[in-house]
Formats: sequence, C-alpha cells, structure tokens
Amino acid sequence: MKTIVCIKQVPDTAEVRINPETNTLMRDGVPSIINPYDMHAIEAGLYIKEKTGGSVTVLTMGPPQAEDALRYAISMGVDDAVLLTDRAFAGSDTCATAYILSKAIERLGVDIIICGKQAIDGDTAQVGPEIAEFLDMPHIAYIRKFDDIKDNSIVVQRLMDEGYDVVESSLPVLLTVVRELNDPRMPSLKGKIAAKKAEVKKMSASDIGAGEDDIGLKGSPTQVRDIFAPGTTKDRKILEGAAEEQVDLLLKELTELKCL
Amino acid sequence: MFIRIQKDKCSGCETCIDSCPYDAIVMKDGKAEINELCQICSVCLSVCPEGAIAAIEEDSDKKEKGQGAGVWVFAEHRDGRLADVSLELLGVGGMLAEKRGAELSAVLFGSTEKEAEELIKWGADRVYHCTAEIFSRFNDEAYSRLLSDLIRQYRPEIVLAGATPAGRSFIPRVAARLRTGLTADCTSLDIDSETGNLLQVRPAFGGNIMAAILCPHTRPQMATVRPRVMKRSEYDSGRKGAIIQVTADNITSRTNVIETVKEVSGVALNLQEANIIVAGGRGTDGQKGFDLLFELAGVLDASVAASRAAVDEGWIPYRHQVGQTGKTVGPKLYIACGISGAVQHLVGMQSSDIIVAINKNPDAPIFNVANYCIPGDLFEIVPMLTKKLKEVKGL
Repeated sequence: MKTIVCIKQVPDTAEVRINPETNTLMRDGVPSIINPYDMHAIEAGLYIKEKTGGSVTVLTMGPPQAEDALRYAISMGVDDAVLLTDRAFAGSDTCATAYILSKAIERLGVDIIICGKQAIDGDTAQVGPEIAEFLDMPHIAYIRKFDDIKDNSIVVQRLMDEGYDVVESSLPVLLTVVRELNDPRMPSLKGKIAAKKAEVKKMSASDIGAGEDDIGLKGSPTQVRDIFAPGTTKDRKILEGAAEEQVDLLLKELTELKCL
Repeated sequence: MFIRIQKDKCSGCETCIDSCPYDAIVMKDGKAEINELCQICSVCLSVCPEGAIAAIEEDSDKKEKGQGAGVWVFAEHRDGRLADVSLELLGVGGMLAEKRGAELSAVLFGSTEKEAEELIKWGADRVYHCTAEIFSRFNDEAYSRLLSDLIRQYRPEIVLAGATPAGRSFIPRVAARLRTGLTADCTSLDIDSETGNLLQVRPAFGGNIMAAILCPHTRPQMATVRPRVMKRSEYDSGRKGAIIQVTADNITSRTNVIETVKEVSGVALNLQEANIIVAGGRGTDGQKGFDLLFELAGVLDASVAASRAAVDEGWIPYRHQVGQTGKTVGPKLYIACGISGAVQHLVGMQSSDIIVAINKNPDAPIFNVANYCIPGDLFEIVPMLTKKLKEVKGL
C-alpha cells in the first residue's frame, strides 16, 4: 500500500494575537508546530504500513523552513518526504493549495491519502476534500476508526453529528482523520538519526506541471479583504456593589427580560 | 483589484512595512514595494502618511459577474425533519436575496415532499428536490456531483450550506469542481454595498482573529455557515413557492454507507438545546466550585457547561466543554462563572442571547462580550443567587 500523508506547518495558534491599534497579526516569537491533527494523520499512515506493508510518504507545501516539519515526520518512522516550495505558490487559498498538492500526488502515485481533519490556523477543513475532487477520487472525512483495510477497499468509521457512519470505499481514497483515531507515537532514536540523514525531495511549480493561472494569488478565488479582532458587546452593564446588591440587580434585570 | 505603491509619493518611511500581516511589503532602493505575498487585505491602505498606497481596480473585476442569479441554500434533514441549520440558512439567505433583489431557493436531497413544502413555508421561493435512492443517506460523491450539476444549470450567485460534518465534507468538492471560492464556517454574511459581492466573516487562528473574505471574480460565491449563529427565518403556513423535481440518472458513488450508528450523550444534546446554561472555568477551583454551579443549574432548570481549562484540569468531563474544540451553544441565558474568556471559549458561546459573567478579575476578557458584568467572587455570588432564586420560585 502506498500512502501519502499531507501535513502543514502552522503557528501555535493559541499564541497568535491581533494588535488592536494597527489591526495586524502579532506573530513575533510564535513557534511553528506540525498541525496537531496532522500528527494523527502521520500515525494513521504508519499504522497502515504496519498492517499492509508498503510505504508512507509525507508531503507539505510551504516555505523552505517547512522542511523541519517533514524531518520530524521522518523521525516518527515515515519513509520519505516531499517539500513543495516555490515563490509562485505564495498567497494560495484552499482551492489553489489543493490543486498544487493534487498535481504533486498525481506524479508520486498513491493508494491512500491521509490528511488531518483541518489545520488549526485556518480551520477550514477544505483542502482534503478538494484534493480528492481534483484527483477524481472518493474521500471520507472525520475518520475515527479503521475497521478493515483490504487490497482494493477500506472500511472505516466516520464521525457525524449524532454518532458515526460505517463507510466502505474503493481505493484509491482520501481520508481525513480526527484526534480520537489514535495516539501519535514519539520519535525513536533510530528515527531521529534517519531524520538527520534523510534527503527531502523538493518540487517546484514547473516540477509538478502547475500553470501560473492555477496557483498562488492568481489561482485563488477567495481574497482576504480585512482582518480584525473579535468584537465587544456594546450594551453591557456592570453591576457594582456588595455581592447581595449585585445579585438583586441581576435578578431584577433578568426578570424584566423574562430570562428566568 | 490589486494594491500598488506610487513610487513618486513614497517617502521611504517604512510605516507600511509593519502594518502588513503577510510580509508583503519590502524596501527596494529606498522605496516600499509590494511583493507576491500580498493578499489584498487592504490593511496598508490607511497607514501611509503620504497616501502613496492605492487599490487599483482591474477590468477583470467585472469578469463573469451578472451571469448568476439568486441565492441558494443546501437544506439538511435528520429523521424526516429539517435540521435547524437549514432554517438558519433560510434566515440569512433570505436577507441576502432581498438585498440582491433575487430569489431564495433551497436544495433538498432525499427526504420527502413534505419537507420540500416546509422549506417554502420557511421562506424558500423554489425548492430543487431529488428523491433518488442514492440520496437516502449522506454520500459525498453523489451529493457533490448533483449539486455541481444543478449550479452549472441554474447559475445561482450565492450558495450556502451548514458548517456541519456533512456540509464541511462535501461542499469543498463542489467548490473545487466548479473552481470557485468557498469560505468555511462563517459567523456573519452580508452584501458589500459598493460591489454587490458577498462579504463573508469567519474566525481564523483559533478564533483569535476575524477575517472578512471576498470571492470577487468567480461565481457562485460559496460559504458554509456555523450552526446556531444565524437567526431562523419566519414560518408562514400560507406561503407559496415552486417545487422542482430533479432526477439523478448518471450519479454513482465509490463510497457506500454500510451502517449509521447514533451515539448522542444526554449532555451534548442538553447543552445544545438548553435555554439556560451555567458554565464554569478555572475560577471554580475544582469540584467544590462545580457543586455550586450544579446547584444553581438545578434551580434554573439549566445545563452545566465548562471551559477547556476546567476540562483539562479534570474537574468535569469533556462532553461539557464549550468552545472552539468543544460544543457551540446559543441559549437564551449563559452564566459564565470564573471563566476568563479566552477567544477559543467565546467563539462557542458568543451567540447566546444574554450573557452574564461573574469573575474576580474586572479586566477579564469575558466582560467584553457579557451583557451583565459582575466583578466579584463566584463563591459568594453563586450561592447567594441560588438562595434568592429559591425564594422567588418558592422552593
């Protein structure tokens, strides 16, 4: 089984803030991590390899420093790594990103593609299903359990609103995974040595045959017009005084609003 | 549109460099220059003291516009009932259609004629309804193929769906197939009065930042909408509209749902349907704090929720968690006790009708979103509130 795991290097979002005066991101000193959901995707790739044999390739699109994320994946046991890096990729939205990844996957060849359910910076959950569409491949989102993996088909459980579905798909297929699926392993000593030695394959726009109209800003249908800090409530009342006064005031207000 | 710096006006002061969230402005030969990282976010337009930064409109901005008409919403249903999110989509979709002077249509896959008629009573002018067997269960490939085909045929200018597990799974396929823009998990939608474009607002970076997104060049403009954020449409039992039966002759799928298993914990359901929620955070200081909250909840017939901090401490199970990585709730009354109000929590409860916050720290961010702010000690205030409510209710 040939598995490709798509990962993303993201800022540790809990620490990203917006400067209320300039309305811009304050990114200084925010560490980069592998998107946490993608750690479960890597573990899923390793699980499939242990079950069925074959290989696991980790793939990312990003600036040259995204190589760090790929090397970490190798230290966990992934066989090889591909970095899609090109200035022409900059500014890609989910549609252009999915197109670029799909062109690379087309060249690499694959039986199973695995992505985390979403990245914690954008939270869109769109790139996975969009890759599947570009490759004309079925996909199953929000996998929480593998029931069966055969040569030509797979049975998994996917998380839904009110429970889960047991879903069967032919191969090749794209899966997106949730945290409940597994516990990502720690890198082994052997893995760490391999990660140091490993050669990370780099691919550019021309290597994957992507046209300039389909990538970067030009290939992105959506545009960010503005960013701003989450708002504050305007009609707020501060209830001052001793505890008993505060409680009485609150009860009076809530009774008037028929909230109780 | 693109952004350009007028070199003759640029004084080289570098003010704009720090304003750019994308590192897209660089200095070259003493003048600022915009590179390919520019996302056209327009933040820099207002910062230049010389007024040297300008937004340039291109002719292609008009490309493909005017070809589409109407607002569509994708209606989900569960067990023969329209899902709440469908009615919320009709609410916001109706507002957008009115501003565009266009019709509001709903697309319904599976389900019965009865639900199609209900959609009209809830505000749809037209319903595109397909009852083919393959749609009896949610199926990504079949759903995305037929919806894409219908969009190609009727060319709506806006298509909305719920940011539910199903919507967030199959709608991206539709957008990729049509090569158009899709904005995930929107919390606010409006029409830009100047351009007529759909203005889509969504949280990003874990809710720390809100982003306004446009899809100016391609149609339809597509968005998934977070459940429980938009107001429902009004129900009118006398409303009339057209139901268009759609066939799906060549639609097949390579995936197959073998079994659907329901697994709803009582609390999750309660939290999302609760009229009143009493929630606790790190300030509850453990079990004894939550005991007080459960007592208050008992008197109010409320459900108990928690912030991630309290869940991570192990004071209360995960199924009570509200926020980015927990549930999104929208009760009539949300009483936040000892919750500081990290944005990750706020995005999960901000749409509550009335928010009361009790916190020792008068500068806690929770007070920014609260309607009633009570700076004080929850260990004093919560038991007092419980006692007085008992008196009022004669318990």
